[in-house]
Amino acid sequence: MQFTHEHQQIYDTTKKFVETEINPHVLEWEKAGFWPAHEVLKKMGGLGLLGISKPDSVGGLGLDYSYQVAFAEALGFCTCGGIPMAIGVQTDMATPALARFGSDYLKENFLKPAVAGEMVAAIAVSEPGAGSDVAGIKTTARKVGEEYVISGSKLWITNGTQADWACMLVNSGEGDRHGNKSLIVVPLDAKGVDRRQKLDKLGQRSSDTAMIFLDEVRVPARNLIGQEGKGFTYQMQQFQEERLFLSASIIAAMERVIDDTAAYTRQRQAFGQSILDNQYVQFRLSELKTEVEALRALTYRATTELVAGRDAALLASMAKLKSGRLGREVTDACLQFWGGQGYMWESSVAQFYRDLRLHSIGGGADEVMLGIISKRLGYGGKRKPS
Amino acid sequence: MKALVSVKRVVDYNVRIQVKPDGSGVVTDGVKFSVNPFDEIAMEEAVRLKEKGKITEIVAVTIGGAKCEETLRTALAFGADRAVHVKEEGEVQPLTAAQALAAVFKKEGANLFLLGKQAIDDDANQTGQMVAALLDLPQATFASKVELEASKATVTREVDAGLETLEIDLPAVITADLRLNEPRYLKLPDIMKAKKKPIEAVTLADLGVTAGAGLKASKTVAPPKRSKGVVVKTVDELIAALKGKGLI
Ligand SMILES: Cc1cc2nc3c(=O)[nH]c(=O)nc-3n(C[C@H](O)[C@H](O)[C@H](O)COP(=O)(O)OP(=O)(O)OC[C@H]3O[C@@H](n4cnc5c(N)ncnc54)[C@H](O)[C@@H]3O)c2cc1C
Ligand SMILES: Cc1cc2nc3c(=O)[nH]c(=O)nc-3n(C[C@H](O)[C@H](O)[C@H](O)COP(=O)(O)OP(=O)(O)OC[C@H]3O[C@@H](n4cnc5c(N)ncnc54)[C@H](O)[C@@H]3O)c2cc1C
Repeated sequence: MQFTHEHQQIYDTTKKFVETEINPHVLEWEKAGFWPAHEVLKKMGGLGLLGISKPDSVGGLGLDYSYQVAFAEALGFCTCGGIPMAIGVQTDMATPALARFGSDYLKENFLKPAVAGEMVAAIAVSEPGAGSDVAGIKTTARKVGEEYVISGSKLWITNGTQADWACMLVNSGEGDRHGNKSLIVVPLDAKGVDRRQKLDKLGQRSSDTAMIFLDEVRVPARNLIGQEGKGFTYQMQQFQEERLFLSASIIAAMERVIDDTAAYTRQRQAFGQSILDNQYVQFRLSELKTEVEALRALTYRATTELVAGRDAALLASMAKLKSGRLGREVTDACLQFWGGQGYMWESSVAQFYRDLRLHSIGGGADEVMLGIISKRLGYGGKRKPS
Repeated sequence: MKALVSVKRVVDYNVRIQVKPDGSGVVTDGVKFSVNPFDEIAMEEAVRLKEKGKITEIVAVTIGGAKCEETLRTALAFGADRAVHVKEEGEVQPLTAAQALAAVFKKEGANLFLLGKQAIDDDANQTGQMVAALLDLPQATFASKVELEASKATVTREVDAGLETLEIDLPAVITADLRLNEPRYLKLPDIMKAKKKPIEAVTLADLGVTAGAGLKASKTVAPPKRSKGVVVKTVDELIAALKGKGLI
């Protein structure tokens, strides 16, 4: 992936937005357990930041995914992990399938407002009984006349307490668990939707996460994305963007943690020298910087494959796996060098220790990535009969 | 009314400048470059004046090598209508730059030349003044407020004694200070549109300018390292410390 002048400009605008419009509010939003998604996304939509790789017809820029990666990377300058992730839900998790397979009606009424930042979107796949095992979801959609009637529940839904609509995976039929699913756009103000339960999390606290109950929720049949029964396939495809976004979005955060650690240990004295004067500390931080740079290279390479129209599943899964693991390694190693101060809630290293921990779980756990990688490499990966 | 705005490519203000080991200059390889922040402010002002209907066309100009095209693209994304690239790969000294800019101004028949009060690389703070002298035009430097009418400009400038207001006839040269405005975010559609706006390439020779070599940089050295500070608890302690150092 080549970082052209335009990539750099998109990166610069995003970084400037994060530093002036988001970072000054992070502490307040972290404390409140909520970020004003409508307000922030509206501003971002006005700058054209929410539709970089979406088509012109919905107000996007129609650029290839490498520009989106530049955007994701610059979001990493946020001083917490929750908000970049929540923005990514809007741009890369809830909307790719809609852009690819949605009808003109759906694009006009749901995608276009999401690109403009006038509507907040959520992706609703996980459930109390199925996270990694996506095909095991239990929520059903029955077709009754010109409507789908949806019942079930969705768990850990980012932006869930305030989103206007969700791209929801449901069982729309019987039979093969990979061929009985559909993606449906569900307006979250519909009758029968109860999303009052905001979840209390270890980290990513400014990002609201909801449990959503669906009791006989009626949605027009035309809210179906693409074809009935293709939902699982669409979702697996949509995970590509999600995984690349997630990998790219925490690179700068990790670099910040390492830089902050170098700065802190440089001024902290112990045993007659600074903590950073210990070669052990220098070497560890240098090694971590190297690892982050390698993750960036891997993410770019996966992006190049995706942009070239080749199957990027293997490399995107590798990038996702590596970013989740490295997020934990960097924050744990750095927190150690801060000593007692690192263990304090308000330290920047503790912030990312909490926030980046999600990345080995959300968007597909490390083991799920390893499953995909093993299968692609031909090491096994035979599915047990369900 | 046509405005000419010059934009210079400089090492980004966030970069920690490193002096080359042989003292022949500063390290520029692998370093991020941006538009000189003061020129960005000048460009923003031009765009605002255009939005108010005071200016009809904005032409951006830069002098330098191939890489400077990026600087012009940024200016075009800000809102310049077209750009002039004075191509020169070698060193461009302040007087040469001023001569070239004055020539472009004349060639364009512009009414207003807006630029930063200085570039953050050499901090020379003389281009605007020299252009005004070469063209024998009125100048208002360090502008913190600009109001434009058909044939004159009212410029508020920050001086040691406070604020000074100048009324100058157009055409004129105005240099932008930090507090003139806050440059906008570049909108992504504008970034992409800038790719298609025209950039005209000219050489110093085309403008009838010969690169001067009147100045010679003899050596570049890093500023002395700041020595460690001390924390004082009271004003009395502070006064005593300053007296002790013979500073008051
Ligand atoms: C803060 C947050 C935000 C989220 N946002 C969303 C959202 O917006 N939308 C949404 O749909 N979901 C969301 N999720 C849910 C997330 O996608 C799931 O938590 C994730 O997919 C893991 O599923 P699970 O929690 O059910 O874990 P489980 O499936 O119960 O797995 C638990 C653990 O078992 C191990 N494991 C699983 N499978 C295997 C295997 N095959 N081999 C070996 N080990 C295995 C892994 O270590 C895994 O972490 C969010 C979660 C969190 C915490
Ligand atoms: C929750 C909590 C409860 C506590 N309770 C108490 C208490 O009840 N009483 C009390 O007295 N203290 C208490 N402490 C303080 C605790 O003992 C110190 O935090 C600990 O000894 C580390 O000291 P420090 O934080 O000053 O880290 P520093 O001395 O600043 O060290 C920071 C880091 O630098 C690295 N480092 C240090 N020295 C070296 C070296 N020579 N070579 C290489 N690396 C090095 C290590 O990774 C270390 O973690 C508590 C701390 C916490 C967080």
